[in-house]
Amino acid sequence: MSAILIAELPALPLHTAGKYVAGAFIVLFALVLVYVAIMALRLSRLERELGELLALSEQQEAAGGDQLEQRESTLAYPIEAHPPLREAGK
Amino acid sequence: MYGKGLRALSISTVVAMTTALALVFFYAPLEAEQGFLQKIFYVHVPLAIVSLCGFVLGGLLAIQHLRTRDPRWDMRSYVAIHMSLIFALATLITGSIWAKGSWGHWWVWNEPTLVSYLIIFLLYATYQPLRFAIEDPERQSRYASVFAITAGAFVPMNFIAVRLSTAYLHPRVLGSTSNLPGPMALTFLVSLAAVALLYATLCKYELTAKHTRAQVRALRRRLSGETARPRGGRSAAPAAPPVKVAPAGRTAP
Amino acid sequence: MSGVAQAPAERPPSARERPGPRPQTGLRRTVAAMLRKELQVELRTLESVPAMTLFSLSTFVIFHFALNRGSVEGDLGAGILWVTLLFASILGVNRLFVADAEEGGFDGFLLAPVERSAMLIAKVLTLLAYLAALELIALPAFALLLLGTPLGPALPGLILTLALADVGVAVIGTLVAAMAVRTRARDLLGPLLALPLFVPIVIGAARASAPLLAASHPTWPALRWLATLGLYDLLFGLIAYALFDFLLED
Repeated sequence: MSAILIAELPALPLHTAGKYVAGAFIVLFALVLVYVAIMALRLSRLERELGELLALSEQQEAAGGDQLEQRESTLAYPIEAHPPLREAGK
Repeated sequence: MYGKGLRALSISTVVAMTTALALVFFYAPLEAEQGFLQKIFYVHVPLAIVSLCGFVLGGLLAIQHLRTRDPRWDMRSYVAIHMSLIFALATLITGSIWAKGSWGHWWVWNEPTLVSYLIIFLLYATYQPLRFAIEDPERQSRYASVFAITAGAFVPMNFIAVRLSTAYLHPRVLGSTSNLPGPMALTFLVSLAAVALLYATLCKYELTAKHTRAQVRALRRRLSGETARPRGGRSAAPAAPPVKVAPAGRTAP
Repeated sequence: MSGVAQAPAERPPSARERPGPRPQTGLRRTVAAMLRKELQVELRTLESVPAMTLFSLSTFVIFHFALNRGSVEGDLGAGILWVTLLFASILGVNRLFVADAEEGGFDGFLLAPVERSAMLIAKVLTLLAYLAALELIALPAFALLLLGTPLGPALPGLILTLALADVGVAVIGTLVAAMAVRTRARDLLGPLLALPLFVPIVIGAARASAPLLAASHPTWPALRWLATLGLYDLLFGLIAYALFDFLLED
């Protein structure tokens, strides 16, 4: 088995043909690496946006809590303090 | 959830690519006519086949879009065509390198595959300008789908026509791809599988990224009410509507 | 429990009695009417055909100076003829839907009770008529100005090739025009979309007519190229027919 493999192993010649082959394979890798770079940019942008949104939502939660307290304190009269309605005619 | 199978897919891509490279450089025998230069065949032809199938796939996805009017199909069609265009550019570059190596010129008209690819590349290069020129997103998706279907049907016809026109006059420059001996055929198939997996992985990656960005935008809109940051500028890419994710992530990518 | 007698059971109205829109006008009548309208408008405004014809004549002159030749034949002659016809037809394609887009023709058509494909067929026939008118003048002009070999014997085969190629140009031109007309850069997008799609037509037509225009020519073009043209026309006719409706929707 290994004898067959060795028989078919090409001697890697590095004359001019090697440069062209290398060039072609480099094209493929460049494609993938450029894509990785683009994705890295997108990922960092996404992370930043999510961080902003998290801060925004925390801000809103804090503001929402304040608002709730405010609303409760402006209720000067509890609703039940209203004099009960009397029966008509009495 | 678009990103569900992404990890498995990328791992299999890595495995396939590594195997293919090993086979190309350590297993496949040297070809009689072109010698070492012929190794480009294992890069160029899989790229060509995968991008061609990708274009036709874009047309099929566009048919689904027109039938169901679901914008997700349009998104998939867009990504398929976009990625195939990049792969087609790589096909042209590697083919040109091969031509320069074997024929001395950076471009040859004798090779019908390259010529057909140039025409198809020119056609699909108008896909994004077309999308960009239409502002209404629904109409943009519709017209883009019509284009994708037309161009997808054009691809096989173009190949047949160009092959007819060069067949009798000039011999093929880049060698025949039929009658491959055993080891070369195996290497070719593995390379083809590797490039196909690469295409699938990159497409899925892209779809997941777009979808995530759309979800972030929806979240921003919800948090800041209607006074959200105005969407800057028109874009050629379809705006993905955020998909309501069922708890188990059932939604199909 | 009231003893009210029930009214006799209501019979659903038959198709004839049913109110609502009347059945659609037949396809042939619609196409004929639209075609008549298009040709009348063209005759009155003379927008497309004179421009296309003049363009082709000027192009022949330019070719003479660009190539520095007094006469051409064979491959070169066929190439010049087809390139000129193609670019002249793009002028017609650009203007095909402009009036409809700008003056509400699309909306009017969508409201009418007619089959939507009538517009496609009518526009294809219109473009075909323009091309026929163009070639009626351009072909003799080509023979006069540039062609080195006599046109007469080549005419039957040439007319057949022209007919097949024109159908393809008309179908693709209409489809592309409909796609491009309601975009922002319609004059640019039209040719950009159309030219790659025209390539197989150019291949078939030029290869078919090149031997006809050579010094020792057969009378009929090779069947292979005619078959290519015919198949291409058929395929794109079907595609255009299937997809045109989606372009018309608002």
